[in-house]
Amino acid sequence: MIPAEFDYDVAESGDHALQLLEQHGDEAKLLAGGHSLLPLMKLRLATPSMLIDIGRLNDMSYVRDDGDALAIGALTRHEDVEGSDVLEQHCAIVAHTAGEIGDLQVRHFGTIGGSLAHGDPASDLPTVMLALDAQMVLRSSSGERTVGANEFFTGLFETALGPTELLTEIRVPKLTGGWSYQKFHHRAQDWAIVGVAAVQSNGGASVALTNMGEVPLRASGVEQALTSGSDAATAAQEAAQNTSPPSDPFGSADYRRDLARVLTRRALQEAMGR
Amino acid sequence: MRRISLTVNGVKHDAMVEPRQLLVYFLREQLALTGTNVGCDTSTCGACTILVNGKSAKSCTLLAVQADGAEVTTIEGLASNGEMHPLQKAFHESHGLQCGYCTPGMIMASVDLIANNDAMSDEDIRMGLEGNLCRCTGYQNIVKSVQQAAGEMRSPAST
Ligand SMILES: Cc1cc2nc3c(=O)[nH]c(=O)nc-3n(C[C@H](O)[C@H](O)[C@H](O)COP(=O)(O)OP(=O)(O)OC[C@H]3O[C@@H](n4cnc5c(N)ncnc54)[C@H](O)[C@@H]3O)c2cc1C
Ligand code: FES
Ligand code: FES
Repeated sequence: MIPAEFDYDVAESGDHALQLLEQHGDEAKLLAGGHSLLPLMKLRLATPSMLIDIGRLNDMSYVRDDGDALAIGALTRHEDVEGSDVLEQHCAIVAHTAGEIGDLQVRHFGTIGGSLAHGDPASDLPTVMLALDAQMVLRSSSGERTVGANEFFTGLFETALGPTELLTEIRVPKLTGGWSYQKFHHRAQDWAIVGVAAVQSNGGASVALTNMGEVPLRASGVEQALTSGSDAATAAQEAAQNTSPPSDPFGSADYRRDLARVLTRRALQEAMGR
Repeated sequence: MRRISLTVNGVKHDAMVEPRQLLVYFLREQLALTGTNVGCDTSTCGACTILVNGKSAKSCTLLAVQADGAEVTTIEGLASNGEMHPLQKAFHESHGLQCGYCTPGMIMASVDLIANNDAMSDEDIRMGLEGNLCRCTGYQNIVKSVQQAAGEMRSPAST
């Protein structure tokens, strides 16, 4: 399978990438690791006429301790997120989840920025970012803005990123409590049929769901039940509230609702016990 | 067309490619290195696994232009002076293959796995090769082959 024809340019810096985006507008797509975009282009589900390769912007690959928060460069590969000592120490759910993505070959090329910008509700990291209330730093030639994860994922394969914006950094909090990411998949390398992220907070937990709708979803019913004193098993019963999971060969919508309840219970129990 | 320059199995190549040319087809069709197989062509099976700057990669999911400046190793680059690489030898001796279609990818993924991990359990090897599918062997002998090669590659005394 061969993608449709396109022009290609290499961005030499973040500014250069923005310049190229301005120049080519809607016709252009950024290429980071290519591990979501190229499969779509091979199937001709995406046919951009211009690719701007940001995969060589090594100065956008980092994980830094920034006082209250941790800053992750958008071009950090899954492998490096997984192996980051700073994350392991202060926000291990991100490192752990990056290690659950696809397989080793995929983790060598896929980037955290690409994973979030792609806006696929079956992806793992968006859910974790939602549970963490992470902040996305977006840059365009007219300046920088920060968007919370709760506003970043706007629809199926859609995000708050404008056509001339670059996701440069992801900021996550330092955790003091327990956490868990439960991923249920078919084969080891596969995407989540359903995934659940839980992060312990004062007197409760933030809970978010993978592949239970068009965007990653907060399980607010579960969160409220916990705040009003329910135990994990009881609160987890609310996990499928206000969800609209897909039906596909891997599972019906009903099966996914059931999985969401079971995985939420496991996630809460693991997070509380950690 | 775009000019790229990369090293494949130690040999430098300059070439003109269409930006949409996938790395696996560049290797197979332009360099005639047909040891790298295409199985699924959808990033799933790992038959097309090669090393790019020492890291395992699915070459059906990379553009040749993304490998500009890179050092690429394919299955053809493993043997030296007519001597099989320990992994090639181990797959042969421990019957790590039947039809052989997945083998180049399995071996290239294993080169990376062994280089980047200390002693591995069978479970570690199975997880490490999660991106490579075999439709014939049932994996038992693949894991055995990788264990055999890992042992040999780590003890310099036994060559
Ligand atoms: C076999 C396979 C299995 C996989 N399994 C999983 C899995 O289990 N879980 C999971 O979560 N993911 C999985 N993935 C997807 C993988 O995580 C991708 O790497 C990731 O989704 C995209 O990252 P990328 O760097 O490759 O992005 P690309 O494919 O390069 O880009 C994806 C999209 O994001 C845009 N983009 C990229 N970077 C930026 C940026 N900095 N600013 C603005 N826009 C940007 C691009 O223009 C494009 O639209 C799998 C992929 C494969 C091939
Ligand atoms: S041919 Fe590349 S992964 Fe199957
Ligand atoms: S030996 Fe036939 S696919 Fe693996």
